[in-house]
Amino acid sequence: MNDIVRAAVAAFVLLNAVILVVTYLTWVERKFAARLQSRIGPYRVGRPHGWLQPIADALKLMIKEDVVPSVADRPIYNLAPIVFLLPAFLIFATIPFAPGLGLADLNIGLLYFLAVSSLEIVGLFMGGWGSNNKYALLSAMRGVNQIISYEVPFILAALVPVLLAGSLRLSAIVEAQAGLWFIAYPVIGQLAFVAFTVATLASENRIPFDIVEAESELVAGFRVEYSGMKFALIQLAEYTHLFGVSCLGAILFLGGWLGPVLPGPVWFLLKAVLMFLLVIWVRWSFVRIRVDQILGISWKVLLPFTLILLMATGLWVALRGGGGVA
Amino acid sequence: MSSEGAMPGARPGLAEAHKVIELGYGGNERFVMNMGPQHPSAHGVFRMILTLEGEIIVGVDPIIGYLHRCHEKLGEALTYVQYPTIASKTDYVAAMTSELTYVLAAERIGQVEVPRRAQYLRVLVAELQRVASHLLWLGTWCLDMGGALGGGATVFLYCFREREMVLDLFEALTGARLLYGFHQVGGTRYDLPEGWTGACRETVDHIDRRIDEYEALLEENAIFKVRTQGVGVISRELAMDVGVAGPLLRGSGIAFDLRRHDPYSSYEEFDFRVPVEAAGDCYARYRVRMQEFRESIRIVHQVLERLPAGPISSRPGVKSVGQVKIPKGETYSRVEGPRGEVGCYLVSDGGTKPYRMKWRGASFSNLAVIGHILPGHKVADAVAILGSVDPVFGEVDR
Repeated sequence: MNDIVRAAVAAFVLLNAVILVVTYLTWVERKFAARLQSRIGPYRVGRPHGWLQPIADALKLMIKEDVVPSVADRPIYNLAPIVFLLPAFLIFATIPFAPGLGLADLNIGLLYFLAVSSLEIVGLFMGGWGSNNKYALLSAMRGVNQIISYEVPFILAALVPVLLAGSLRLSAIVEAQAGLWFIAYPVIGQLAFVAFTVATLASENRIPFDIVEAESELVAGFRVEYSGMKFALIQLAEYTHLFGVSCLGAILFLGGWLGPVLPGPVWFLLKAVLMFLLVIWVRWSFVRIRVDQILGISWKVLLPFTLILLMATGLWVALRGGGGVA
Repeated sequence: MSSEGAMPGARPGLAEAHKVIELGYGGNERFVMNMGPQHPSAHGVFRMILTLEGEIIVGVDPIIGYLHRCHEKLGEALTYVQYPTIASKTDYVAAMTSELTYVLAAERIGQVEVPRRAQYLRVLVAELQRVASHLLWLGTWCLDMGGALGGGATVFLYCFREREMVLDLFEALTGARLLYGFHQVGGTRYDLPEGWTGACRETVDHIDRRIDEYEALLEENAIFKVRTQGVGVISRELAMDVGVAGPLLRGSGIAFDLRRHDPYSSYEEFDFRVPVEAAGDCYARYRVRMQEFRESIRIVHQVLERLPAGPISSRPGVKSVGQVKIPKGETYSRVEGPRGEVGCYLVSDGGTKPYRMKWRGASFSNLAVIGHILPGHKVADAVAILGSVDPVFGEVDR
């Protein structure tokens, strides 16, 4: 009984911490993008530098009218934001923020993460289908296409650190990097990191792979009919998911909580935000690729590349003599 | 002239799309999607009804007219003194061009003499306008391809930052930032204020440097290239059949520029190149416009160097209430605007107002090519192609 209460409290704290961090990541993104574009960004709401802006945005979305299109498939339409949001939160369950700091350190942590993380496509397609809107439907179709294509290279790239560390347990992967972060691992580390980043961009529908949102052609994609709090939930889910994958990147390649001087969780957060900013940086500098080109990149380039990389890593680990710490 | 049917310049993609239908997968897989008139990349108020087979466009039905403001009727109702300020509202992105076209027509019928200084000033503002207009095009086009929440927005904001500087110059010159009323029958209304030439030189040099940056940002970007190269090809024949003009025509390998081939306002005295690209795709049109930036800046420098002294108008200036009477006659004047040939057909019956007026909008003629080149492309290409055509709907609908 006590365990359940403790777990529930821990989950509650983690959930709110994640929401808070993600809310402020939107502010970080806006400021970062503003600097890229020689603007100032949010400034008025809360001095200094508009630090209350995310709160104001959330409040605004909460008090907005919730419009449901009359032709929408109501149960599916209403359920979609929640189905979209759930996996985004669930992936945080196995993430170790520091030694012993995390909800559940599963021995198949990475597998759980990848499995749950790809569930978001169900919510996305429900949203696109339930809206009964052609833009939304086209966007949802693109989304399914794209996520199926990119989950495979994403997983293959994520398996490289697993081979190097010899464990699927996320905390074990971090501990295996005590001597050398996997991003600094000669050749294999950098190539895997690049593949992982590209696959992240694609499976997170970020520019240059954001054909799902594609606001210049499909207006806003699958969320075009959503307003008010449902829209806010979808946005929250997208950013939470992106932050979750950034955390995974920090664990797999950047050594998680490892680092001198500062305490572990701070290092972890810094690295995750760094991953997040990398994605954002790409987002605000590139134009979008077309749907056929995206699929082409996945199946013709990224998949063979990650496969060969994985085999090479396996060979290297076998020659070196077993997995585990280098 | 091509002897093909309704669809000259059909591409392999189109045949592919038809094959799908023949195989029996078509029919119920067809999907009609409406884009516009309220759409993020409608560039104003343009409506396209797209017929799709999956992502491939198999049919397009462009609808225009949402921004019709009776410009040609207004031209009959307003005097030669009043109308130039209204003319600027046809193509509001290149207001100087349409004003110039109108006054050129009136001057040609009335054989009104234009002082050399005024002619040079007209060239100066026309070229600055071209720079401002192309900056707007580059920004919005990248916005179409890259998204309002992405790299496109970055280019867009950079372009607006530079366009703002040109608008500041126009503001110092005329007091207005978008619609100027700078030209009048017989010359120009305003002379250069003090210190303006220095500011102008600095601005265009600054923009010249920035254009290097844009080229570095876009042309070394593989994604930009795959989105534009080979997309929306307008063949030489199609370009001539449809009658496109300006950068579209030069992007299809036809070296035709009214500034060179039918000079007006003493363009023959300036040294500039007419950029031509053979490919005919979006990238070729992009390259043409990028080179036109450079040429316009060269012309601006030449005007500033050689600007003759003297009066700016053969008629009383801006405060005069006197009317202009143009003798009986008719003419067609044409000007190379940023989007191509802007023409004004004017009939005068000897009064203070034209008897009849007709605009030839460059955007209108260029937009006609859309129906020929869209089928066979993906939905995402539709916005890239529309952006590369650079229509301004004030000029299309008038």
